[in-house]
Amino acid sequence: MAGTQRWPRGTQGKLALMESTKLKHFHGGLCLDYHKDISRQTAIVVCPAQSRYVIPLQQHIGAAGKVTVEQGQRVLKGQMLATTKKLISAPVHSPVSGTVVEITKHAVPHPSGMEADCIIIENDFQDEWVERKPVAQNYHQMNSHDLRNIVRDAGIVGLGGAVFPAAIKQTEININTLILNGVECEPYITCDDRLMQERAREIISGADIIGHIIKARECIIAIEDNKPEAIAAMQVAINEDNTGFFRVQVIPTLYPSGSEKQLIQIITGKEVPINGLPADIDTLCQNVGTAYAIHKAVFEDEPLISRIVTITGKGIKQPQNMEVAIGTYIADCIEQCGGYNDDASCMIMGGPMMGFTINSDQLPVVKACNCLLVTTSDEIYPANTEAHMPCIRCGRCVEVCPAKLLPQQLYWYASTNNSERAAEYHLFDCIECGCCSYVCPSQIPLVQYYRSAKSEIWALEADRKKSNAARQRHEARLFRLEQQKRERDEKLRIKREMLNKKKGKTEEIEIDAKKAAIAEALARVKKKKETQAITPKNTDHLSAEQERQIKEADRRRQMLKDENHE
Amino acid sequence: MLFRKASSPFISAQASVHSIMYQVLYALIPGTLAAIYFFGWGILINLLIAAIICLLSEAFVLKLRNRPIKASLTDGSALITACLLALALPPLAPWWLTAIASIFAIVIAKQLYGGLGFNVFNPAMVGYIVVMISFPREMTFWVAPLGAVDHWLSFSDTFSIIFSGALPDQSSIDSVTMATPMDTLKTQIALENDIESTRHHKVYGALFNNFGGKGWQWINLLFLLSGLWMIKQKIIDWRIPVSFLLTLLFIANFFAVSDYASYPSALFHLFSGGTMLCAFFIATDPISASTTPKGRWIYGMGIAVLVYCIRTWGGYPDGIAFAIVLMNITVPLLDYYTQPKTYGKSEVE
Ligand code: SF4
Ligand code: SF4
Repeated sequence: MAGTQRWPRGTQGKLALMESTKLKHFHGGLCLDYHKDISRQTAIVVCPAQSRYVIPLQQHIGAAGKVTVEQGQRVLKGQMLATTKKLISAPVHSPVSGTVVEITKHAVPHPSGMEADCIIIENDFQDEWVERKPVAQNYHQMNSHDLRNIVRDAGIVGLGGAVFPAAIKQTEININTLILNGVECEPYITCDDRLMQERAREIISGADIIGHIIKARECIIAIEDNKPEAIAAMQVAINEDNTGFFRVQVIPTLYPSGSEKQLIQIITGKEVPINGLPADIDTLCQNVGTAYAIHKAVFEDEPLISRIVTITGKGIKQPQNMEVAIGTYIADCIEQCGGYNDDASCMIMGGPMMGFTINSDQLPVVKACNCLLVTTSDEIYPANTEAHMPCIRCGRCVEVCPAKLLPQQLYWYASTNNSERAAEYHLFDCIECGCCSYVCPSQIPLVQYYRSAKSEIWALEADRKKSNAARQRHEARLFRLEQQKRERDEKLRIKREMLNKKKGKTEEIEIDAKKAAIAEALARVKKKKETQAITPKNTDHLSAEQERQIKEADRRRQMLKDENHE
Repeated sequence: MLFRKASSPFISAQASVHSIMYQVLYALIPGTLAAIYFFGWGILINLLIAAIICLLSEAFVLKLRNRPIKASLTDGSALITACLLALALPPLAPWWLTAIASIFAIVIAKQLYGGLGFNVFNPAMVGYIVVMISFPREMTFWVAPLGAVDHWLSFSDTFSIIFSGALPDQSSIDSVTMATPMDTLKTQIALENDIESTRHHKVYGALFNNFGGKGWQWINLLFLLSGLWMIKQKIIDWRIPVSFLLTLLFIANFFAVSDYASYPSALFHLFSGGTMLCAFFIATDPISASTTPKGRWIYGMGIAVLVYCIRTWGGYPDGIAFAIVLMNITVPLLDYYTQPKTYGKSEVE
């Protein structure tokens, strides 16, 4: 089957001529139909200014920023709108000069179609910038820390789609190899391709800045061999640079070579350790778009307020790449592309392998938005959730899984609601690349099962946190009640004693009183024990199974957290 | 613009279980035709009986289970089971024997476990074992291959034997049946006749050809070629047939070299009985086989070892069905202990 073919025949020979380095394989992968010509024929077009922009506060992995402007306030182009001191976060900026008309919940592009906090800005078409002080060439004299702050304040995140704050990635220094990711392995998407063709020099300059921050010794620019023009353009820029720091590495076209871990494996032959970072094997990987944004931040003091978006698919009249201001309504972009064709049926943000459908075009373009794919119903074949065939254990999914998992076993446990076993089969190492679903002859939407199993485990874990808190509250209340009762009893006892003394009773009676007090105390203890016994502890009712699940989820979450913090 | 909702990936290779099953069926055709050519119409009649009974019992159970009937009936899996049974059962087996095997295969081994994809055992092999254990006498009488005896059965003769148990002219069935070459060798070796003399025996010698059993070698060769085609088409995994055949070759060769007189050659093992059918069509049934790459190697080896042992020292004419079912039992263990090292794991240790 075409899907499981490894390296296309002949490429190795071709590569050997171009590059002396021997490339390594990652496991599995797919040869796909790329449909890149739909959108890569024409130059990048700048999307004209619109009257209204919606800027979501959180467009990155990590914490959302705190709003630094007020409703009604005038803001300038490039002005920071929200930021936070939290480590993993990125600020957002105004793409135009104008007025903050509202700070409110607004629908944002998200698989669940959710709403999030957004700042809505009315454009005054003055195009008035905040004061800019680009460091430009002086960056050579700056230390890593200060440069990193520039990257951070410019709100730059990984523009390949992962949107991880770029500055955080660059905290390690003395990393040998900087890999610039120009692979763009998803079908249809050509934004990096065009960017490399048209703005190679700026990309190289941005990469040099990153190299300076992390004190890299070499920079390898990885490009798939289906982008000859981009390869040539980058090569020209490198020849101009002539420092020997850069090198273009052409890699065979194979999905998902552009995924960070797989790319690192192709170039270095090493696997990023589980729970580890690329830095652990002396590499750092950044997207070409990110390098370009960093160049703009350093040389023009321009924060990340626009990006290149591929608008493509058979459902679009004029597919093309556009430079779009972050916050522009998707509908406005589509209009610039001549609008929809009549048979347009589905809008996907991202590529056809890993993107997600969005249910409206009244959503803003965000930093993560590398592609808007509008398809017709004959162009895509989403797996049919209801009527898929059973798994016949054919193992095709195993052959193509780049994470070397056993997708059919994952599916077995995920579909029988046994997420804990699924986790045992390394559910959380799944990169959701979709290769397994692509080849599955039973048309099982495998990735969908994995996603819901993952969120189930997360939900379970969140539940546990909640119930823990509830239990603590409950216990505190019981303790308080108990204390009050004890105080009351004590008062009563003293009162009674006083009474007895007044009546001039004999010692016997006193002894009796003592006995009574002891009996009372015993009764109290017994009662307390009973209450304790019936105290409903949420965790008491968990089966061993659930407990294990919770522990497992906890561990996974912790690992994820660690990963993010590092 | 519709804004349809869907979940990634939005494209697919558009492979289907249906097309896989039918390609397997096509691959079965050459070998089956050869089997009909060498062993007569009985194979074809068996095939028809098995196919009808398999489809009917599948439809019946699906109806009981309230499952969509058409989709399952047309997926081709029941036909594969029927075809494997027809090839495994003796060509002159009475019709009820084939029917019982088919019913057991579909109803017990497949549908009771939950239908396609859920069966733990290979359905055809379960059906075969059931009749093998219950009717051992009927199972050992195989038709003499074309050219081995004078009497060649016409279609109507065959039909009458299968459905009434006798030839129309009331002559004995024994005149047209013989044990399989493999069985013959085993009996003769037990009688302390060495292999060479059996091969040149005036009666049994007719059962043998240059390297395998007469007829069998060509059938096996055709199954081998179809199997290679299926591997090329990526319909079956190559690991199981390769590990099975190599292991069988290795063991058989080891014994044959150690005692040429009482252990048949490796070539004979590879090209007699159901070896190639097993290698490419039975052992590779993905549902009941191990599903990890390493597990598949072990699975193939295990079958080869068992097949050789049962053929050589066991009491049954061929050991394939038992070997398959025994290895089916080990599959969950194999799958568990042969999980591949996931990405990033190799760097941890
Ligand atoms: S999940 Fe699909 S591809 Fe994987 S073994 Fe099952 S049927 Fe084959
Ligand atoms: S989606 Fe997950 S399981 Fe499927 S191929 Fe990709 S990494 Fe493997």
